[in-house]
Amino acid sequence: MRYACLLYLDAMELEASTDAERARLRGESDACETDLRRSGHLVAAEALESVGAATTVRVRDGRSLAVDGPAIEGPEQLTRVLVIEARDLNEAMRLAAKHPFGRFGSIEIRPVRSDRGNAGADAG
Amino acid sequence: MALESPEAGDPATAATGEVTPSVHDAVDEVYRAESRRVLATLIRLLGDFDLAEEALHDAFEAALRTWPREGVPSNPRNWLISAGRFRGIDRIRRRSRLEDSRAEAEIAHQFNLETPDGADWAEWLDDDSGLVDDRLRLIFTCCHPALSPDARLALTLREVCGLTTEEIAHAFLIRTPTLAQRIVRAKTKIRDAGIPYEVPARAELPERLDTVLHVIYLVFNEGYFASGGDGLTRPDLSDEAIRLGRLLVELMPEPEVEGLLALMLLHEARRPARTTPEGEVVLLEDQDRSLWSAALIEEGTELVERALSSRRFGPFTLQAAIAAVHVEAPSVAETDWAQIVAIYDLLLRIEPSPVIELNRAVALAMRDGSEAGLAAIDALLDAGELADYHLAHAARADLCRRLGRDADAAASYRRAVRLTTEASQKRLLESRLAEVTAGP
Repeated sequence: MRYACLLYLDAMELEASTDAERARLRGESDACETDLRRSGHLVAAEALESVGAATTVRVRDGRSLAVDGPAIEGPEQLTRVLVIEARDLNEAMRLAAKHPFGRFGSIEIRPVRSDRGNAGADAG
Repeated sequence: MALESPEAGDPATAATGEVTPSVHDAVDEVYRAESRRVLATLIRLLGDFDLAEEALHDAFEAALRTWPREGVPSNPRNWLISAGRFRGIDRIRRRSRLEDSRAEAEIAHQFNLETPDGADWAEWLDDDSGLVDDRLRLIFTCCHPALSPDARLALTLREVCGLTTEEIAHAFLIRTPTLAQRIVRAKTKIRDAGIPYEVPARAELPERLDTVLHVIYLVFNEGYFASGGDGLTRPDLSDEAIRLGRLLVELMPEPEVEGLLALMLLHEARRPARTTPEGEVVLLEDQDRSLWSAALIEEGTELVERALSSRRFGPFTLQAAIAAVHVEAPSVAETDWAQIVAIYDLLLRIEPSPVIELNRAVALAMRDGSEAGLAAIDALLDAGELADYHLAHAARADLCRRLGRDADAAASYRRAVRLTTEASQKRLLESRLAEVTAGP
């Protein structure tokens, strides 16, 4: 099965951290994703700019309204998105738990739909 | 169906082919004894909870039709698994023809992988270890951490214990549609999130087993310390929990599993003395110890000793050890309180919790006197976490009463009464309150 791993970090803590700490986290995270790619589990990985760079668009009554910031405000920010291939949820949980973000923030594991709504994927 | 090998028919029914009472009873009996095991295996073979339940139904319907004519098979469980699997696959075939012809190949592929064919199949069914594993698989899947705690409880009682949705809803004082919805959502999550039907890998086993044990203990507690209402059907829940505990000890005799079963048995042993025939609470110090079940105490004590000697025990075993000290004492005064305090200290080291601290404080009052116990409880209440816990105020009130501080006691009894929802406990506290406010 294919799973999306949504990696969240605490925005306040992230801001309070030093450059060295952030660099170390990035390094660990890259190493982990390299391992996942080598073992054939990683389908895609993208790092996101901070929510400061986010714009949210909504279309109401035919008018497009854009606002500054994320769609949902919260203490934790979505900072990274991985798509992994795992045998089942247990394996997905095991793989996610290896990612350093799990120690500092939260990793939400969402199954990728294998039916309609996922036309681009070759899963099946 | 290769396994429908009829045995020598029941002479009473073979001639008529009608469902006579004796065969009906036999089917009922097999249902009670085997339906959960058959279901557990069908879930693995068919890969879907709902489909397996339908197949289970189909299999028993087939039994009601076939057994009167051909006799009850020598191995009814295997007969039912085989019949259920056959009908389950048939259902998938019919469904897939309607939806998508490509699925057919997929199904064929899946079932070739999962099950051997022909003679191997019968042999494989006879391999008991495979079937035992299925019940464990079912337990671990129902208690998966990716399900909400409420859902784990409901699903375990429904699928592992075979309680009806109505029975579970009634026991937990919630509406049947709410409970039914909870079970549907849990099954949907198992399917959509890809929760596997398996016993966890060794590395994950301790944590996953812990979740299972907590689900079982929650079921037991709901039956033992009714949290609200009149609690008429509650002992059934404790029975189910003990049954689950026994099953788990049989399937996975880990020390902590034995510890949990021991804890439940040692509590259950005291049930007959815990309430008056009218349903009023009787406190430990006032209980008629001759009413305690000697058989359950013996079984529980043996289990706790075995778990302790393994040196790999956890918090359930320690709680059972405390219960064992209580049940071996002839009275509250002659209880080995020093040992109880010592076990609480151990327990706090592996599982710090304010409720355990409270229990330790009560034991401390018995060992070192009410003054010492009161100081410990006041420190806990000052820390704040137990401020809304009725038993903390009730314990404080009891110690104040023993020290002759009636006004203090009355204030604490009042707070405890306000925080208590269960009726008989409320009445007990109110009668104590009346005692300390009545004056000399």
